[in-house]
Amino acid sequence: MTDRTLTDTSALGELTYRRKFVNSGMTVLVYIAFAVALIPLVWLSYTVLTRGVDRFMVNSNGDHVFNLEFLQQSMRGVFGGSPEGGILHAMWGTVIITGVAALISIPIGLLTSIYLVEYGKGRLKSAVTFFVDVMTGIPSIVAGLFAYALFAILFGPGTKTAVTGAVALSVLMIPVVVRASEEMLRLVPNELREASYALGVPKYLTVLKIVIRTAFAGITTGVTLAIARVIGETAPLLIAVGVADSLNFNAFSGRMMTLPVYIVSEWRKGEAVCNNPDVLCVPEITEYRAWAAALVLILIVMALNLVARLISKYFSPKTGR
Amino acid sequence: MTITDKRETQEVPLTAHSGSFANSAFTGLSTFAASLILVLLAAVAAFLITEAWPALTDGGAVLAEKVQWIKPEDGESLIQVIGYLVFGTVLISTIALLIATPLSIGIALFISHYAPRRLAAGLGYLIDLLAAIPSVVYGLWGAIVLIPVLQPFYQWLGSTFGWIPLFTPNPLTGEVSPTGRVALSASIVLAIMIIPIITAVTREVFLQTPKLHEEAALAMGATRWEMIRMAVFPFGRSGMIGATMLGLGRALGETMAVYMILSVGLSYSFNILQSGEHNTIASYIAGQFPEANSYGVSALIAMGLALFIITLLVNMLARWIVSRRSEFSGAN
Repeated sequence: MTDRTLTDTSALGELTYRRKFVNSGMTVLVYIAFAVALIPLVWLSYTVLTRGVDRFMVNSNGDHVFNLEFLQQSMRGVFGGSPEGGILHAMWGTVIITGVAALISIPIGLLTSIYLVEYGKGRLKSAVTFFVDVMTGIPSIVAGLFAYALFAILFGPGTKTAVTGAVALSVLMIPVVVRASEEMLRLVPNELREASYALGVPKYLTVLKIVIRTAFAGITTGVTLAIARVIGETAPLLIAVGVADSLNFNAFSGRMMTLPVYIVSEWRKGEAVCNNPDVLCVPEITEYRAWAAALVLILIVMALNLVARLISKYFSPKTGR
Repeated sequence: MTITDKRETQEVPLTAHSGSFANSAFTGLSTFAASLILVLLAAVAAFLITEAWPALTDGGAVLAEKVQWIKPEDGESLIQVIGYLVFGTVLISTIALLIATPLSIGIALFISHYAPRRLAAGLGYLIDLLAAIPSVVYGLWGAIVLIPVLQPFYQWLGSTFGWIPLFTPNPLTGEVSPTGRVALSASIVLAIMIIPIITAVTREVFLQTPKLHEEAALAMGATRWEMIRMAVFPFGRSGMIGATMLGLGRALGETMAVYMILSVGLSYSFNILQSGEHNTIASYIAGQFPEANSYGVSALIAMGLALFIITLLVNMLARWIVSRRSEFSGAN
């Protein structure tokens, strides 16, 4: 016994060359993994940034000057390779549809996670946990088909409105919100709850003022990631909302364009055909529009993340790490 | 002065049990929200089945007459088409997952345990942003920018490793696809798309490893890698599986990237360097939906149902794996 403690080997045995080699090999692999994964991601951002600017450098007279027409126009009455047309209608569509989806999803998701962590017991709890996991795996296009089927049965076949899209997005968003906030609520130490109960605070106030307060930063991050996930969803909106060329502010009637769907529809058009030399025509205009819309979409998502970051920075309790 | 202030604040009925109505109302509200999830999921299944019913119950001949892409005479009845698509979906997602998982765990480890503390927060923020890049942007980038760069690599892969069935060149031309719009491209872009997702979740779990476990491992004389194997991985195992599951779920159902990149076809081919051989369920639905008549929509929804069932099975399997391992939780 004493002999063993006196030797210079640790509880894991001698520090052999093999162990050293494995350790440094793994260090190198971990660094390489990070570098490799960063390549496409930096490349993509760079591409979107540089190509996204092209559309902003062509105005409707065909002059190469910086202009913001792209943000101020819809696609109403824009044909062929004409260097005009923008995303005004798509931006409003994205804001409205995502907003309605968030209004549906955040209360349901947050309350469900509170139920799971604070109240749930027995079969309902295990059923909800299980089915939230199942919902997490629902493919976005299936959510779109569901919303389409729901509205087709309730309001007649082929009903495509913003609310249809919002329902589809909610199906995708609710489980993300539940999972993220559940994870964060579980991290709140039991000691805090017990301290609150010991002071005689009722359970719902403990949840609202202690548990949620402590987990607020994490929940905000989760909700933002959920919004960021659904704001770029294309397939369900393609199916449930369709495409439109002009502004529509009515969430309950008529199709609506959204930014991701706009990107696809411009990309699908392919290069514009320029036959008539008298008409102003830029063949690559559709690709310009697609990249510019991608740039705007990414900027919106980044801004969302930044806001969440700031909120969680200023409102969360300080932790060790 | 201060003493009386303190006494007065103690009089505030913050601690009183007057909240019993609010208490039960809040309990009821959260239970209602939780039950709503079950109703919603049941509704998803019910409405999909209702809409898919005409296609599921019709005889093959009637459906073939009304839906253009169902051709039983070419061996492409609805069931057979779904079979091809399920194969393509699983093949492409599996390859994507094989590429993405090791990389993601590496990145997560880098951020949580290897990078300097000051850099780690920034790198984590970077990955958070990248997790939010919409799939349609990945699709656009993959289709226009990435594929032309990958094609020469495929050429090399085909000529060097052509003896592996996955990379066999076309027997007629002796070349791999000249366009690069092949299953491997779709898999690579899917892998890039799911790396941020798997990384974000895994990193969070790794960061939550109890400091004491790590220090205990180091105190036993473990190297950094041994510490990770002894303290970080066991603690984060269910998190890693959950993250991979999230990634697989996204890869299986991912529509736009595949739709924009893959040159589609129907076959049971393992050859991932040939174009026009594979398609996925989601991409097929997206491609056919705009032109579909009511019978076509019904058949496509039947496909969506198949995709739904596959993801259900994957999730249940993952659940089972996770539940076999005991999980540590701060809230018991």
